[in-house]
Amino acid sequence: MSEGQILRGRAWRFGDHVDTDVIIPVRYCNMFRPEELGPHAMAGADPEFASRIAPGDLIVAGTNFGCGSSRETAPVALLGAGVGAVVAASFGRIFFRNAVNVGLPIFESPEASAACQAGDQLAVDAARGLIRNETRGLSFTFAPYSAQVAEIIAAGGLVPYVRRRLGLPPERGG
Amino acid sequence: MGMTLAEKILARTAGLAAVSAGELVTCTVDKIMATDITAPLTIEVFRRMGATRVKDPESCILINDHFVPAKDIRSADFARAMREFAKEQGIRRYFEVGRSGICHVLVPEKGLVSPGELFVGADSHTCTAGALGAFATGVGSTDLAAAWALKELWFKVPSTLRVELRGSFRPHVTSKDVVLRLIGELGVEGARYQAIEFHGEALAAMPMHARLTLCNMAVEAGAKAGMIPCDDITAAYVTAHGGSVDKAVTPDGDASYAAALTIDISALEPQVAEPFMPSNIRPVGDFRGLRVDQVFIGSCTNGYLEDLRAAAAILKGRKVADGVRLIVTPATQSIYLEAVREGIVADLVEAGAAVTTPTCGACLGGHMGVLGKDEVALATTNRNFRGRMGDLSARVYLANPAVAAATAVTGTITHPEELP
Repeated sequence: MSEGQILRGRAWRFGDHVDTDVIIPVRYCNMFRPEELGPHAMAGADPEFASRIAPGDLIVAGTNFGCGSSRETAPVALLGAGVGAVVAASFGRIFFRNAVNVGLPIFESPEASAACQAGDQLAVDAARGLIRNETRGLSFTFAPYSAQVAEIIAAGGLVPYVRRRLGLPPERGG
Repeated sequence: MGMTLAEKILARTAGLAAVSAGELVTCTVDKIMATDITAPLTIEVFRRMGATRVKDPESCILINDHFVPAKDIRSADFARAMREFAKEQGIRRYFEVGRSGICHVLVPEKGLVSPGELFVGADSHTCTAGALGAFATGVGSTDLAAAWALKELWFKVPSTLRVELRGSFRPHVTSKDVVLRLIGELGVEGARYQAIEFHGEALAAMPMHARLTLCNMAVEAGAKAGMIPCDDITAAYVTAHGGSVDKAVTPDGDASYAAALTIDISALEPQVAEPFMPSNIRPVGDFRGLRVDQVFIGSCTNGYLEDLRAAAAILKGRKVADGVRLIVTPATQSIYLEAVREGIVADLVEAGAAVTTPTCGACLGGHMGVLGKDEVALATTNRNFRGRMGDLSARVYLANPAVAAATAVTGTITHPEELP
């Protein structure tokens, strides 16, 4: 995610405590590439999800999204399916770190989550900390990331961050 | 201001005199663990980071446990990737099928993590090792790859919830029931981002396996860590298993806690968590007569020798009910061997149980006990989210090993004291 970019897409609604077994059931966890996992994203809740969304669509969920296992295949599957961002009232701790590390944009806003219905058109301005629900004409602010998280995001995820620490140039094609 | 156990360990590993909740710190990690299910992605990310050597092979632990013995070709390839990486990097603490076990049970058993250490693992139940007085927490594959490359990782210092355990256990009540009760009180995000620090007189009646079970499920309340300060029980266990108490620390008397709560164990009945959350608890009696298709005894929560003993004590001389499958998975090879020597395996097999080799398999719907459409299971595991053990329509009830054994005998959820 580059700074200044607006993430725009339709909202797909999910409830509270969507756990990683729902995001990517373990029967698909003998794979780890985005293109392999993408077709099975959210299979524990809606097996048709990946085939129905348009690239850039957003998941909007309640509290504790991504609770459960540490499987990084969960945010990777969402990226593979083309999910542009996740807006939730709150996130499971490990999922939050994993999403930051793999470059899946996630935003915590109980208010934006509560006001959003399935199919609403959303626009997220990460740099300004703003979520606009264009369907309902509502705007919500969210707390900026901590400095440490912002640094990783600014670097493009943890991989470029570590490369820099190791004194290596950025990945080619990445 | 004094420090909690979590703050003390994070301060030491960050090279600071003191830290407090909410602070962001970069810490040197003492031990770094991956398993066959998370290592392949970690290896891929490690290469993308441009790293060629893990910074400290002696800090690395690689364990075959999730899809082993290999459940399919892809899983075999996963295990091979980890095996080759261990060899390439000179990682000695690599545990092969037949000499391995479920990572969270194997780690304390082999003395791989000691009190006061900072331990990260690419598995959410890494918090189990907090029972040793370590700061142990689960991370994803990319964080783990960074830890391999740099031997350090950033952390937000968690605030700490202080839990006091009072009273004494009634028959057939275990630390599994205590932690289910705690999750029921807190909810599945009640301790999100927090460390849970256990104290109280009841800990004196909890040997190490019971403490490991307690801390194992801290993550089910959303916690980053579940911890028990090192005491005589810890020190005796760690020393006997080849670990060290040199880094052991205890929380300060004037440490600052985000909240405190007390659980009186004396009043506690065996608990059952109904689908689809581990926080949906009620006393076992509320489920009397509920029919099950499968009973599973095992996992990083309840696959200890003492758990198998409790099950065998109930199943010896009895039979698994018609129409019910009982699957028992000892957590490690050592536990398996001791269960064979004590006659536990014979008692279980004579009762009609399928006893498997150590694996995480059934608990996460991987293999060796996957549930089909509309099936109902009672399991000694830690999660009962939708689809966790198999088909999306399957329903999983969580309980302790004695309740599981009694349920296998009757075919319906049963309090062990009600068996004829």
